[in-house]
Amino acid sequence: MLIPRWLLSDRAGLVLLAVLAILGIGVPILSLWTPPDHPLHLSAYTVTLLGKYLCYALLAVAVDLVWGYMGILSLGHAAFFALGGYCFGMYLMRQIGTRGVYGDPVLPDFMVFLNWKELPWYWYGFDHFSFALLMVLVVPGLLAFVFGWFAFRSRVSGVYLSIITQALTYALMLAFFRNEMGFGGNNGLTDFKDVLGYPIHDDGTRIVLFILSILALAGGYLLCRWLVSTRMGRVLVAIRDAEDRARFLGYRVEQVKVLVFTLSAMLAGIAGALYVPQVGIINPGEFAPINSIEAVIWVAVGGRGTLVGAVVGAVLINYAKSWLTGALPEVWLFALGGLFVAVTLLLPRGLIGLLRPRETTT
Amino acid sequence: MPSCIPVRAWLAACMLALAALCGSPAAYAGDDELSATLIQFRDADFDGKTELVEKLVVLDNPRVAVILNALSDSRLYFQEDPGRVVIGLGDGSEITIEDAVTGAALGQVGKRDLDRITANNRLRSLIEDRLASLGLSSADPSQRRAAIDVFLRNPDPAGVPRLQARLAVETDAKTRQLLTVALALADLANPDATVRAKAATDLGGQLQPEIRGRLAKAAAEDSDPAVREAAQRALSHTQFRLQMLGWAETLFFGLSLGSVLILAAIGLAVTFGVMGVINMAHGELMMLGAYTTWLVQQWLPVNWSLPVAVPLAFLVTALVGIAIERGVIRFLYGRPLETLLATFGISLILQQAVRTIFSPLNRSVSAPDWMSGTFAIGPLEVTMNRLVILGFCIAVFALLWLALQRTRLGLEVRAVSQNRAMARAMGVPSARVDALTFGLGSGVAGVAGVALSQLTNVGPNLGQSYIVDSFMVVVFGGVGNLWGTLVAGLSLGVANKVLEPWTGAVLAKIVVLVFLILFIQKRPRGLFPQRGRAAEV
Repeated sequence: MLIPRWLLSDRAGLVLLAVLAILGIGVPILSLWTPPDHPLHLSAYTVTLLGKYLCYALLAVAVDLVWGYMGILSLGHAAFFALGGYCFGMYLMRQIGTRGVYGDPVLPDFMVFLNWKELPWYWYGFDHFSFALLMVLVVPGLLAFVFGWFAFRSRVSGVYLSIITQALTYALMLAFFRNEMGFGGNNGLTDFKDVLGYPIHDDGTRIVLFILSILALAGGYLLCRWLVSTRMGRVLVAIRDAEDRARFLGYRVEQVKVLVFTLSAMLAGIAGALYVPQVGIINPGEFAPINSIEAVIWVAVGGRGTLVGAVVGAVLINYAKSWLTGALPEVWLFALGGLFVAVTLLLPRGLIGLLRPRETTT
Repeated sequence: MPSCIPVRAWLAACMLALAALCGSPAAYAGDDELSATLIQFRDADFDGKTELVEKLVVLDNPRVAVILNALSDSRLYFQEDPGRVVIGLGDGSEITIEDAVTGAALGQVGKRDLDRITANNRLRSLIEDRLASLGLSSADPSQRRAAIDVFLRNPDPAGVPRLQARLAVETDAKTRQLLTVALALADLANPDATVRAKAATDLGGQLQPEIRGRLAKAAAEDSDPAVREAAQRALSHTQFRLQMLGWAETLFFGLSLGSVLILAAIGLAVTFGVMGVINMAHGELMMLGAYTTWLVQQWLPVNWSLPVAVPLAFLVTALVGIAIERGVIRFLYGRPLETLLATFGISLILQQAVRTIFSPLNRSVSAPDWMSGTFAIGPLEVTMNRLVILGFCIAVFALLWLALQRTRLGLEVRAVSQNRAMARAMGVPSARVDALTFGLGSGVAGVAGVALSQLTNVGPNLGQSYIVDSFMVVVFGGVGNLWGTLVAGLSLGVANKVLEPWTGAVLAKIVVLVFLILFIQKRPRGLFPQRGRAAEV
C-alpha cells in the first residue's frame, strides 16, 4: 500500500495535504511566471504573508499536539518559536559579514555599537548553516526537556503548569530585552542580507522559503498525525483524560509527557526558524506572553485535538488579523476577544467540530 | 456726657497709632548706627567692606539680612543727592529704589544718579556665611537648624562662640542636638588631644557626609594616636548606622513593592484561590479601577478624589465582574483552561474598549497633597505615597479577610469553595455565591487599580504588566489562602529589592521568576497549601 492506513483514514488530513500541494505548486507559478500586471499574479508581499501563516500553522500544530492530545495547556510555546527564530537569526546575522553599517567582519552591528571587542562564546558556530539548523532543534528542545523534566516529575499540572510556562516566556522576554545578553536587546536581530549565499529579499529565495514552509508544515503534520495514531498516541489521550488512571495502569506518564513536550517544542523551533528569514526580523517581542496565548486561540478556534483544526485556525485568524488590522484597526481586538469568548462558549470543538459529526469529543 | 473725655483720649491714641503705622516704617533704636555703617561702604575697599559686613552682622536689626542680600546681588547703591544708601528693585535705566535702612519706597530714579556698591565673590561667600549664622537667632527653629548646617559644612572657629551662646538659650530639642554636634565638630580642631578624642567619639553615628569627611581626616591625619583610634571607632559606628539605614531603606522599598504586588494579587486570590477561576481579565479590572480614579478627578478636586474613587471603583469593577461571571464564566466551571481563554478574550475586549472610549494614550492621575512629599521615620525618609499605599494594602487585606471570615457571605464562599455539592445540599445558593464572590474579587481589583493609578501611568496596558506577577504571587502563596498571598507578596517584593543592587532591576525580576518556577516544582501547592481531603483539585 502506497499510503499507510493511519493517513488514509484521516480524510481532513488528506484534504489539508492536497491544499498544501496545490499551494506549493500554484504559488510559485503565479508569483514567478506571471507578469506583474496579471490579475492572478502574487506579489512577493503576498507570498511572504502566506509563508508567515504557514509558520504560525506549524506552531499551532505543535500546540495542538500537547494541548489537544495530552491536555497540557502551554502558555509558553511562543518561547520555543522565538528561540528557534533567534538561532536561525544568529546564522543570518553572521552571514552579513562586512556589509553591516559598521562593516565589522565578525561582530554584528549591535555588538560594535555596544563596543564589544569579541564575539561571545555562545555565538560560535552560528556561521555554519548546519550548526545553526541543529541548534534550531536543540535549543528549544533542550529547554523544553529540562523544563518538562522538572515540571512533570513534580506533577505540576493543569493551570499551575500553564502559569509557569507563561512565567518562563515572560522571564525569557525580559532577559532578551537586556543588551547584555548579546542578542541585540530591544531591536533584536535584523537587517539580514542573504541565506546560503542567496539574497534574502530575492523573489526566488522567498519562493524557496515558502516551499520549505509548506514542506515543514506537511512534515510536522504527518509526524504528529502518525504519532497520535500509534499506541503512544493512545497513551497521550489517556493521560489527557485520566492521568492518574494511566499512571496506575503502569504507563510512564512523565516520560511520555517530556518526550512529546520536547518534540512539540522542536516543531515550534522549526516554525520560528522559517519565520525569521521571511519576516526579516526577530526581537524579544516574540516572547511576549500574548503571542503564546494567541497560538492557543488558533488551536481553540480551529478545534483542538484535530491537528487540521490547528492549521485552519492559525491561517484563518491570522488572515483576519492582517485584514482587520489594516482595514479596521479599532475592531481587531474586539473581534479577537469576542472570538475567544464565542468559541469557548459556543464551539468547544472549534470550527472543525462544525464539519465533523461527534466522534473525537474530549 | 461724662464719657466724652475718655472717648476722645481713646481716639487720640488711635490716631497716634495710625500715624505710627502709616508713616515711615517703625524706627529701630539701632537705625542711626546702621545708616552710619552703611555710609562707610561708599569709600571702603574690599577689605574695608569685609570689616563693615562683620560690623553689620552684630547689629541686631532685621534690615541687615535684606541689605546683605542686596549687596551680594549687586543691588545696593549709594544715592549722591541726599547722600544715602538705597536698594534697587529690578533692572533697567530707570529703577525703583527703597531706603536701605527704613525700607521706605523712594520711587523711580535714573540709573546714572546711583552709585553701585560693588561686591566680589569672596565678599559674597562671606555674606552667605554670615547670613546663615544670622539665622541662628531666628525665631523659626528650622531656620536656626539651617544656620547650624552651614556651620557643619564649613566649620569656622569664629562661629563657635555664637553657637555656644545659642546652646545656652536654645529650647528646641532637635536644634540643641544639632548644636552639640556642631560644637563637637569644632572641637575636632581643638589643640587639646583629649578634647579631640571626646569630640570624635561624640561624632560617631552622625550621618552627614561633612562630618564623616572630617572624621576620616582625623582618623588618618591626627597627630595623637588616641584621637585617631577614637575617630576610627566613631567612623565604624557611622558605617554601621549607614548600613542599617541602607537595609531599612531596602526593606521599605521591598515592602512597598510587596504591597503593590499584594494589591494586584489579592483580588485574584479570591477569584482564583477561592473559586478556582483563572481570570485573565483581572489586570483589566484593575485598569478599570484606575480609569475610574481618573474620571472622578475630572469632577472633583484632587484632594477629595481618592476617598470617593475607592468605593466607586469597587462598585464599578464589582458590577463588571458580576457581569462577566453571569455572562461567561458560569458556563465554564470545572473547565479552568477554557475559562482562561474566555477571560483572556474579555481582557482584550476591555482593553480595546478603553482605548476606543478614552484614547490609547496614557492619562495622568494627579496625586493629592496629602500623598506627596516625604515622611521621616527617624533618619529614614520615605515617600508619602508609598507609605499610604502600604497602609492601604494592609487595610484592604484586613477588610477582605474580615469579609471572608466574619460575614454570612464569607462563610458561604468558603463553604462553596471547600465542597460545592455539600454546600448546595446545606442550602447555600451556590450560583448567587459564585456571582458575589467573583464580584468581590473584581471589586478588590478595582480598588487596587485606584492605588496603582498613584504609582504608574494609567493606560490601556496597565493591567497586562501586572497579570504575570499577580498570578505568581497567588501560586507562590498557595491557592486558596489569603495569608499565603500576603506573605508571598511581601517576600517577593523584598527579595526583588534585595537582589536589585547586585543584579539590576530586570535581572532581579528574572531571578525571582526562575526561583518561582523552581519553587513550584518543589511545592506545587505553594507556601501554604490548602489542606483537605480532596485527592485532586
